[in-house]
Amino acid sequence: MNFFSIFGRYVILLSRVFAKPEKSKIYFRQIVLEIENLGLNSIGIVILISIFIGAVITLQTRYNLESSWIPLYLIGLTARDTILLEFSSTMVGLILADKVGSNIASEIGHMRITEQIDALEMMGINSASYLILPKIIAAIFFNPFLTLISMGVGIFGGWVAAVTTGALASSDYIYGIQYLFIPYYITYALVKTVVYAFIITSVPAFYGYYVQGGALEVGRSSTRGVVYSSILILLADLVITQLMLA
Amino acid sequence: MIQVDNISKAFNSVTVLEGISVTLEKGKTNLIIGRSGSGKTVLTKCIVGLHEVDRGAIFFDNRDFVSMNFKARKEIRREIGMMFQGGALFDSLTVEENVSFPLNMFTDMTAPEKLERTNFCLKRVNLENANRLYPAELSGGMKKRVAIARAIVMNPKYLFCDEPNSGLDPITALLIDDLISEITHEFEITTVINTHDMNSVMEIGEKVVFIHEGRKGWEGTNEEILDSDNKDLNDFVFASNFAKKIKALTRSEDQPPAR
Repeated sequence: MNFFSIFGRYVILLSRVFAKPEKSKIYFRQIVLEIENLGLNSIGIVILISIFIGAVITLQTRYNLESSWIPLYLIGLTARDTILLEFSSTMVGLILADKVGSNIASEIGHMRITEQIDALEMMGINSASYLILPKIIAAIFFNPFLTLISMGVGIFGGWVAAVTTGALASSDYIYGIQYLFIPYYITYALVKTVVYAFIITSVPAFYGYYVQGGALEVGRSSTRGVVYSSILILLADLVITQLMLA
Repeated sequence: MIQVDNISKAFNSVTVLEGISVTLEKGKTNLIIGRSGSGKTVLTKCIVGLHEVDRGAIFFDNRDFVSMNFKARKEIRREIGMMFQGGALFDSLTVEENVSFPLNMFTDMTAPEKLERTNFCLKRVNLENANRLYPAELSGGMKKRVAIARAIVMNPKYLFCDEPNSGLDPITALLIDDLISEITHEFEITTVINTHDMNSVMEIGEKVVFIHEGRKGWEGTNEEILDSDNKDLNDFVFASNFAKKIKALTRSEDQPPAR
């Protein structure tokens, strides 16, 4: 299947996803469940990874700035901007594409091969909308919170690393993370997060929804969903950065 | 009543159904039989609109289903109950939630009314006290019965069952057959069963349509099958040596004794 054919099917699926829901109350309940499934259940991994990456960024910056001409507080500034600009949005986006994307593709793919999607269609339910729309809304709503959590925890992880290893003084780090702070960076990161949330949910859902065959094909569709959503995240990163920072 | 008029269907230039016409009668158990790969599942899925036909027409009580738009089709589908081969129960929902799912989606019934209707359907399929179980905790026969309960919860006019007793032991299969037959007559439903199980054919096949290599090979009742001279049908029905012996025995009993 060529690119245009796949893209066409993706657009057709999205047109069905954003059709008017059958019963808003049921959809609202689904959104709440998906917030728990896709969002709340990802807090742990986001915190864990953010704290380590924040620490690593701080230590690497320290060892690469071995010059008496450069003030140490710049390490805090570098760690902060790296976390705000790239790590907490894009890196966390890629991690969620892996965790959440594979979950979505395999769940919907399993429903396809066990005829659960056919059963929904037979009841007169728009299966694409019922299954995919709550996931997209839940991720778009909750992923910005994950990004904010990641920012806070990542910067904290950098401070812990700086203080415990003696790489730089706590006061230098704290001064650095406050120095020349540009709030727009947070806006930029949150805009990226929202776009990534759409990609992370809709692309794996597309691969799961159209799977044919058995367990092997569900596994393959899950892999495809993760790979393509990761590539699209990096592409979106490039485009948004050019649009918002250039 | 469902009228299928000269429908054809191909996948990637491979013809699966060719010019099939059949009338599926109201208040009867209509069986579509045939070998694996003969096209009976595709025929069923074409009738309910899960596959688009390439040619021909399908009428649900004189309403042209093929030429309807998506919205109109959804209305017809709400009159259809379908039981899938594996049950197609929603894994994340309990038995009660599975059965009440269409009620939650399409009715404004109160919670007690929905529970009463759900329990009635579960009782009707002899499945009480299983409300809180999940599909993974059910046996194959129980899953089929939950699927039937879900299929009838909205009082459908049409009931489709795809291989309802595949993978079941003969006694449970018989129970499922009897249940479908009882429900069909009790609620005057047009029931269409897709099967290759000859026990089902002989037990409940009020109308039988034999599909052979994508075409209608034969049509009649379960009583007429045994006397048919259709070679393809006989090859299918009397495939085993045991069945051939029974046929030979039946025919010899029908012959007048030699003088």
